[in-house]
Amino acid sequence: MIREVAAELERAVLLFSGGKDSAVLLHLARKAFHPGGLPFPVMHVDTGHNFPEVIEYRDRLVDEMGARLIVASVQDSIDNGRVIEETGPRASRNRLQSVTLLDAIEKHGFRAAFGGARRDEERARAKERILSFRDDFGQWDPKRQRPELWNIYNGFVKPGEHVRVFPLSNWTELDVWQYVAEEKLELPCIYFAHEREVFRRDGMLYAVSAHVELLPGEEPFTKWVRFRTVGDMSCTGAVASEAMSLEDVVAEIAATRITERGETRADDRISEAAMEDRKKEGYF
Amino acid sequence: MAPGAATNGRPTAVRTSELVRFATAGSVDDGKSTLIGRLLFDTKSIFEDQLEHVEETSKRRGDGYVNLALLTDGLRAERERGITIDVAYRYFHTPRRKFIIADTPGHEQYTRNMVTGASTADLALILIDARKGVLEQSRRHAFIASLLRIPHLVVCVNKMDLVAWDQEVFDRICSEFTGWAAKLDVQDVTFIPISALHGDNVVERSANMTWYEGPSLLYHLEHVHVASDRNLQDARFPVQWVTRPMSDELHDYRGYAGEVASGVFRKGDEVVVLPSGRTSRIAGIDTYDSELDEAYPPLSVTIRLEDDIDVSRGDMICRPSNRPKEARDIDAMVCWMSARPLWSSGRYRIKHTSRTALAKVDELIYRIDVNSLHRNEDATGLELNEIGKLRLRLSAPLLVDEYRRNRATGSFILIDESTNDTVGAGMVL
Repeated sequence: MIREVAAELERAVLLFSGGKDSAVLLHLARKAFHPGGLPFPVMHVDTGHNFPEVIEYRDRLVDEMGARLIVASVQDSIDNGRVIEETGPRASRNRLQSVTLLDAIEKHGFRAAFGGARRDEERARAKERILSFRDDFGQWDPKRQRPELWNIYNGFVKPGEHVRVFPLSNWTELDVWQYVAEEKLELPCIYFAHEREVFRRDGMLYAVSAHVELLPGEEPFTKWVRFRTVGDMSCTGAVASEAMSLEDVVAEIAATRITERGETRADDRISEAAMEDRKKEGYF
Repeated sequence: MAPGAATNGRPTAVRTSELVRFATAGSVDDGKSTLIGRLLFDTKSIFEDQLEHVEETSKRRGDGYVNLALLTDGLRAERERGITIDVAYRYFHTPRRKFIIADTPGHEQYTRNMVTGASTADLALILIDARKGVLEQSRRHAFIASLLRIPHLVVCVNKMDLVAWDQEVFDRICSEFTGWAAKLDVQDVTFIPISALHGDNVVERSANMTWYEGPSLLYHLEHVHVASDRNLQDARFPVQWVTRPMSDELHDYRGYAGEVASGVFRKGDEVVVLPSGRTSRIAGIDTYDSELDEAYPPLSVTIRLEDDIDVSRGDMICRPSNRPKEARDIDAMVCWMSARPLWSSGRYRIKHTSRTALAKVDELIYRIDVNSLHRNEDATGLELNEIGKLRLRLSAPLLVDEYRRNRATGSFILIDESTNDTVGAGMVL
């Protein structure tokens, strides 16, 4: 399907967050064109609040592959007045990413953007197509989706419109980890247990960093943790864990009773339809 | 942890390889969402935070019980109106298999959604309310399953608790359904009496229906034989991408990348490239990890040929003695998926494997009534959710097989040139 899209849509881009899903996606894309190189660039929407370990990993991986990296910066969107930053201790740049992403897609004239989203992550995502059409405002309309039959994909778009392509749609979190283990993929080190200064908020553990203001009563402490998802430091929680190797992590995921977004993503806790609303605005 | 040991009923790091896709169909109140919720719940595929969420929402809605149907309704409008709007995909696994459920709603745009869910399914699960018997809808489900050539059909007679677990009710529904299925091209039908609400015969055999000696639904799903459903006879390889790295070390490399649609390709095989008709031999089959001796569906590989012949995207590699039909006119069953009706003599884009052409509707041969199977030969168009037999004339030849023999090379979609919407799902006759 990656080849189909690359062949039929003129300008494609692969959205890479540095997370495990995008690492798997990038690996699949490499496989699809092997021994040739990637026929499209890789783009990271950088909130400026990422874990430094993830940025370091991103640069090393892209460099190794010889791929072309585009960084779309949320800081730039803030600086040139496209978006206004939330303030206060609970501020997050997560939602602002949609604007930066859509601007970058328009600027580069991309017709297709590959993403690592999975349907098992969240209820609204379960309803999204593998090849998901976006209008010229970048919006997703759940009621006007193109039917998807067999494995024949319709990627026809008009100028200004684009498609989001989710090759991992039918993968589960466990599938991703099993693939990482089988293919021995390298991931950012924060996915594995390490000692870190954290604080507790709303029942979740957050990393102490310059990007998050502590509320009164929130005391930092040191704990063995790892991250189950990789996003903005302001909204990504850690889990207490001692899983240091890939095998440990796979075993931990196989045994877990809580979803990854439920456990570690504050951005989905805003309301019952938080993801649905963000998706309609053009989010990943 | 020892390999194979279960943790909370979920599989361990050991990969369960066999994947089964099934489509569910049912009417509004026959308990389909409850059944899926039950399958997920009883296989421990529901996570604690999801369950908490369902409990809270059930309480707020005043359902009086944990409404497992809420698990599958993803969009706000669905939860508010208590209906399912779109095809929803759900995942669960047991130590034996991985499952993908395509859950299709029973009301609005019913046929369109079920055709979509059915197009990739190995098995169709049809629900019948024991109190209501075989309704028009159940017959329609069975027809679509047979039209889309889903190899296996499971009929769950649900709400057996409301008919006092009566075997006679079950037997009557089975024979009525079998009578209808005889008119269709259905190969394998299994009947299971269940109560989705109470869990009877869903995962565990029911203690309330000792007269039933068959397997529970989950046992059946775990053991139904799907591997032999693949076509391994007709070698078909639609070329998606020509790989020419032109790097220093791979200066002369020229490979054809794609997914094996059917059949088996081996190194050394004599092959023909269509539509050019040039022949050659397979010099090698490459993947990212290693070279393979043979490739079969659904593997993605890169094929190298011994001779330097012109091959491009949209071409098909197959065996000289077993070729698809090179067709400029095709007869096909088409399900209409758009609110803009099909107009006879209309022009559409047609996408088939990795090839796109233009198609003109030559003739609407008949429209089929999905409830009675009556063929209306005077029909002049197809509306949304209607199915008919069309004759299409193509701007360039397509390399097709009969859908009943080969799902991958017998299927196509029609695309509206002005809106770019997918408007038709076609099966070559």
